[in-house]
Amino acid sequence: MPGMVSMTQPIQQSFNPYTENGGTILAIAGADFTVIAGDTRQSEGYSIQTRYAPKVFRLTDKAVLAVNGFAADGNMFVKKVRQRLEWYRHAHAKDMPIRAIARLIQTMLYARRFFPYYVYNILGGIEEDGTGAVYSFDPVGSYEREACRAAGAAQSLVQPFLDNQIYFKNQTPAAGTAFPKHLPLSTVLPLVIDSFTSATERHIEVGDGLEIYVVLARNSTALAGLQSLRGVQEVTGTNDGERVFVIRRDLKKD
Amino acid sequence: MDHFPTNWGRPRHEGFDAYGTFPIHQRPTNGPKDAFKEGIERTQQPIVTGTSVLAIKYKDGIMMAADNLASYGSLARFKDISRLHAVGNNTIIGAGGDMSDFQYIQTILDDITTEEFTAQDGHSLGPAEIHEYLSQVMYARRTKMNPLWNALLVGGVKDGKKFLAYVDLLGTTYSASTLATGFGGHLAIPLLREAVEGREDTLTEEEALRIIENSMRVLFYRDARSLNKYQVAIVTEAGVKISESLKVETSWSFAEGIRGYGAQTQ
Repeated sequence: MPGMVSMTQPIQQSFNPYTENGGTILAIAGADFTVIAGDTRQSEGYSIQTRYAPKVFRLTDKAVLAVNGFAADGNMFVKKVRQRLEWYRHAHAKDMPIRAIARLIQTMLYARRFFPYYVYNILGGIEEDGTGAVYSFDPVGSYEREACRAAGAAQSLVQPFLDNQIYFKNQTPAAGTAFPKHLPLSTVLPLVIDSFTSATERHIEVGDGLEIYVVLARNSTALAGLQSLRGVQEVTGTNDGERVFVIRRDLKKD
Repeated sequence: MDHFPTNWGRPRHEGFDAYGTFPIHQRPTNGPKDAFKEGIERTQQPIVTGTSVLAIKYKDGIMMAADNLASYGSLARFKDISRLHAVGNNTIIGAGGDMSDFQYIQTILDDITTEEFTAQDGHSLGPAEIHEYLSQVMYARRTKMNPLWNALLVGGVKDGKKFLAYVDLLGTTYSASTLATGFGGHLAIPLLREAVEGREDTLTEEEALRIIENSMRVLFYRDARSLNKYQVAIVTEAGVKISESLKVETSWSFAEGIRGYGAQTQ
C-alpha cells in the first residue's frame, strides 16, 4: 500500500554528518615570500562558538596550510597531512617540497571522493626554486597553482578585491608604464588586513581575530620590513633558510 | 546457485499449493544486496535527552553545571540523573543529548582510566588528553554515520593549566573561557561571556557560583526541557568535586499581574 512503511526495510533517517563553521582564509604569493591568512572566529548558524580557533597551520618551514569549511573535517585533515609529512621526514631526512605536498593533498582529498572532507584548502609557501607559491583546492582535490586566492564565507567579497588589486583586473596602466608582476610585502600585508576588516564589516561569520602567516624564501628582501612590524612573532622550526612569521591582529567582535 | 529451495519457484505439489503461497513471508535471499542498507539502518535519533550544560573558567579552575533532568521527548521522565561525570582526579565532563550514549561514553572513559592506572607509569590522563580522545571517538562515529548523539563539555586543571573545551556528535571541537551546550548556547552564553571574559584569573569561587546559578535560573525560566534541580562541579588543583543537587530559586510573583501567566480574573 502506498504510504505504508515496511517493517523490514528501515526508514531513511536524517543524520547530516556535515556543518558549516564560517570564517574566511586567503593567500597571496610574492616573488620571494607568501602570505597566508585566516580569521579566528568559529561559528555555527548565528552562534559564535569561539573567538579563537585557528584555521591556518604551519606544516613545515616552507609550507603553511589554511583550511576552511567544516571545522571537524578541517582539523582531522590537517592532522592527517601532518602525519604524512612526518613519515616523509623519517623516510627522506628532509621536509617535503611544497609542490609534493600539494599533490599529496589532492590525493588525500580525492581518496574521499564519495564521502568528501567538506573543506576548502589553500596551501602557501616557498617552492624549491625560491619563489612564493599558492595552491588552492576544492573539497575533492582539484587544484592549481595561483598568485592569490580567497576561500570561505567571504570569498565572494574578498576575491574580486584581490583580482583588482593583485592581478590589476579592470585597470589600465598609465601610458608608457606596466603593472608590476609581483607586489612587495609592504603592499601585500595592508591588502590582506584591509580584506579582512572589510569582510568583517559585511559578513557576519567573519571577525574576532586575524592570523597572518608570512613565509620568507632564503635571503628574502622582505625580511627587513617585516621585523619592525607590531606584534610579529617568528615560528621558524629549522635552519634551512626559509623563515616563518605570524602576525596577529584583532578584528571587530560584533 | 541459489541454495534456498523455497526460492526455486513453485512448490513440488501443485495439488495443494497451486499459487506458490509457501508460508514463508520473508524468504531467505542470497541475491544482490543494497550496499547502503547498513548505513541507513544504524542512523538513529536521541531518545532520552539531557538539555544544557554550562561551564566557565575562574580563578582556581573550572566550574561546570547541568540540571538533573533526562527528558523523554517533552516528558520530564527522569528527574534525578547526574549529567556530570568525573574522569580521574583532574577532569570533569558534562553531557547534553542522548543519555544512553552518554552512559556508554562513561563506560569507555572508565575503561581507559583503569587501563592507564594499571600501567603504573607515573602518568595520568588530564583534561586535554580526555578531550582529544573523546573528539576522536565522536568524529570516528560520525564518519561511520552512527554518531554518539551528544554535546560534551570537558573541563579540568592539570599542572597548573586550566582546560575547557567542547566536542559534539559531528566531532566539532572548540575551546573558550565560557562554554555551553544546547539551549545554553543561546541563552546562557551571552550572560556568561559578559560576566567572565577577561576575569578568568580573578573570579572567586563564590562569584563564579553566583554567575552559574543565575544562568541556570534563566535557563529554567525559558528552557521548557530544563529542571530547577542541578549540580555544580568544581575542578581545582585539589581535585574534582561534584555538589549535591541544588535548587534554583525562582520568583513568580511578577506573573500575577500579567494576563495569561497567573490565575485569570475574567
